[in-house]
Amino acid sequence: MAFTPKKQAFNAKINAVTLGTGDKSIVIGGENVLPFYTFDAPIANKPKIAVEIRDKGLEGIVSPGIREFYAGCETVVDMAVKAQSMEGASAICLHFESADPNGENTSVEDCVALAKAVADAVEMPIIVMGCKNIEKDAQIFNAVSDALQGKNILVLSAREENYKNVGASAGLAYNQKVGAESAVDINLAKQLNVLLSQLGVPDASVCMNVGSSAAGYGFEYLSSTLDRVKAAALAQNDKQLQMPIVTPISTETWGVKESMSPEEESPEWGPLDERAIEMEVCTASACLVGGSDMVIMRHPAAVATISKFIDSLM
Amino acid sequence: MALKGLDIFKLTPKKNCKECGSPTCMAFAMKVAQGSVPISKCPYMSQDALDTLSEATAPLMKTITVGAGKNEHKLGGETVLFRHEKTLVNRNLYAVNLCSCMDEAEIDEKIAEVKKVDYERIGEREYVEFLFLNYADNGADKYVALVNKAMAADRALILNCADAEVAKAALDVCKAQKPILNGANKDNLDAMNEVAKAAGVTLGVGGADISEIYDNIKALEGKGNKNLVIDCTGADAKATFANAVLVRRGNLKDQDRTLGYPSIVNLAKIAGGDVHMQTALASAFTLRYGSIIVMEKITYAEALALYGLRQNIFTDPQKPMKVEPGIYALNGADENSVCSLTVDFALTYFLVSGEYERSKCPVNLLITDASGMSVLTAWAAGKFSAGTIKKFFDEADIENKIKSRTLIIPGKVAVMKGEIEAKLPGWNVVVGPMEAVQLVKFIKDFSA
Repeated sequence: MAFTPKKQAFNAKINAVTLGTGDKSIVIGGENVLPFYTFDAPIANKPKIAVEIRDKGLEGIVSPGIREFYAGCETVVDMAVKAQSMEGASAICLHFESADPNGENTSVEDCVALAKAVADAVEMPIIVMGCKNIEKDAQIFNAVSDALQGKNILVLSAREENYKNVGASAGLAYNQKVGAESAVDINLAKQLNVLLSQLGVPDASVCMNVGSSAAGYGFEYLSSTLDRVKAAALAQNDKQLQMPIVTPISTETWGVKESMSPEEESPEWGPLDERAIEMEVCTASACLVGGSDMVIMRHPAAVATISKFIDSLM
Repeated sequence: MALKGLDIFKLTPKKNCKECGSPTCMAFAMKVAQGSVPISKCPYMSQDALDTLSEATAPLMKTITVGAGKNEHKLGGETVLFRHEKTLVNRNLYAVNLCSCMDEAEIDEKIAEVKKVDYERIGEREYVEFLFLNYADNGADKYVALVNKAMAADRALILNCADAEVAKAALDVCKAQKPILNGANKDNLDAMNEVAKAAGVTLGVGGADISEIYDNIKALEGKGNKNLVIDCTGADAKATFANAVLVRRGNLKDQDRTLGYPSIVNLAKIAGGDVHMQTALASAFTLRYGSIIVMEKITYAEALALYGLRQNIFTDPQKPMKVEPGIYALNGADENSVCSLTVDFALTYFLVSGEYERSKCPVNLLITDASGMSVLTAWAAGKFSAGTIKKFFDEADIENKIKSRTLIIPGKVAVMKGEIEAKLPGWNVVVGPMEAVQLVKFIKDFSA
């Protein structure tokens, strides 16, 4: 007797969220099956890749591959423009790393100026990533959302401590998309979504960042959170967890020793660039298979690989 | 399908003799269904009934043991599709592809490359467990020569050979090492089955699509062979992913025992020679149901990422990952370098040591035994207290091994400062930051 596999398409689906405007706008989410389970039902929108551009440009970047890719770029704006040509890229993530008050404390005005310059120069959708300082991030998101009205950007992220501020400005006043960030826990993720919707931010304007980590560094928590969120969203039709998931990869993987330790320190490990690429690829792939609808990455070779990976499974 | 109490009741003698210790046969059947009483407690069960029951209560997915000696490995035995549902049991294993089409020098080189990657990560040996020996239809002599070389490499073997005659010749040489014979398909099913059974080895069976794979397994089971692995490799990545998911889901969710075997996915075949793509796929199959992942090559670049991922995914959610208690000298720390104390929860260790390494300041990181709990949890449970710290200092002989008398403690347990100072006279106890991310700035300021 021939075997007919049972299909497992769900009646629930992940919200489809549009980022950016015009020809280069993208839609993430919209699927009613588990990630890459195309044998259950077609997947509406394939997962996307955003390229991380740091506001400090190439400062502190040790990867020869990344430096080579941006060779000739004099400003962060140049880099953002160049990043659009990366094979597989479909959004630009501007990371205001230097805004941290415990670091260089770049002013909100400077952040806004850079965001405007980048937005004027690129066509792809823009994601704005903060410096992880709750108060400063709220100020940056507020000002940048205002300055970039009409661009339909995504701000990463509103957290439990500043969701009112970020949700009200980016989500309500300026009509941008809000990323809701929680710390690798399905209940915290849901709670923040509920709070944002009570604030009046429409579900269709919310993406989730349910946490991030590099492969080998507590990734089991992230993996299980992704599995559980997708199961709740699809199998149990939990509306408060049906937001598409955006996961920063590069901010995690480039901070672990596998990606940072120079070859002289551990010669048997081989060239740094290869290790860092594989770390980024491995982590991104695992997140996508778990349920991320978009990943944020850095190295051109890693972006190209993950793009090819996504296409090969669609 | 798991039997319900009523199904078991139908198999009992229904005479309520109470000899099993239960008041009625019905009560007994209910207890058996729950798993609280073994079926053997009833002296009147017929052999037929016992067979039916043991079949029905057997695990859905078989655990297959392959390899011999210290290269023996367990595959499969999973009970859930996702680790949060309970736990995953047997981590996926890696194989590197060798081919009878390669010349001797190339084979030697690849084996040497495989052997280079061999290290320990949080108490687990990380290395390439299998050599995957592909037969390129170029004669039994070449293949046996390859097998002979591989046998000396101290790894478990997978023979990928669809020619039963050649497979037999190869098994004559290596069957004592209990290799997997992979390559049964609808055209060679009987011959391969005979060869595998005669040699007493596990047989790998594949097919053009999921339905053919299913029929092939059925046919082999019909011939009494239940020592199988399923080769899920399809024409491309998409087909392979679909096979791997459908096999495991059909088995564990839809409870079809025919699909209850571990899987092989051959990335050397579907990654198209793209080493980064191979990593992306290996990562995907780590999460979605590859039991053995065959790679064209694994160097440290691939291993560090993939083995780290594997170790995370296959940790038991009910048991925290722990590192060994002791002194970890970071950034070239010596006996005069400042000490920093934390718990043995692996994630804590990785975060704290990672931040310190980033600071480039020499630090003696002291890891105490806190049963693998995080700082606050351990403190709340009494596993991280002035008493346990004192005990650790005595057992690890810190006083004599380290001359520095400065001890940084986690900011979250600042309340312990006084108690620790009382237990460790002569030590200057400093309260560190609340979060690991603040350590770089903290230690730089502190060392300045």
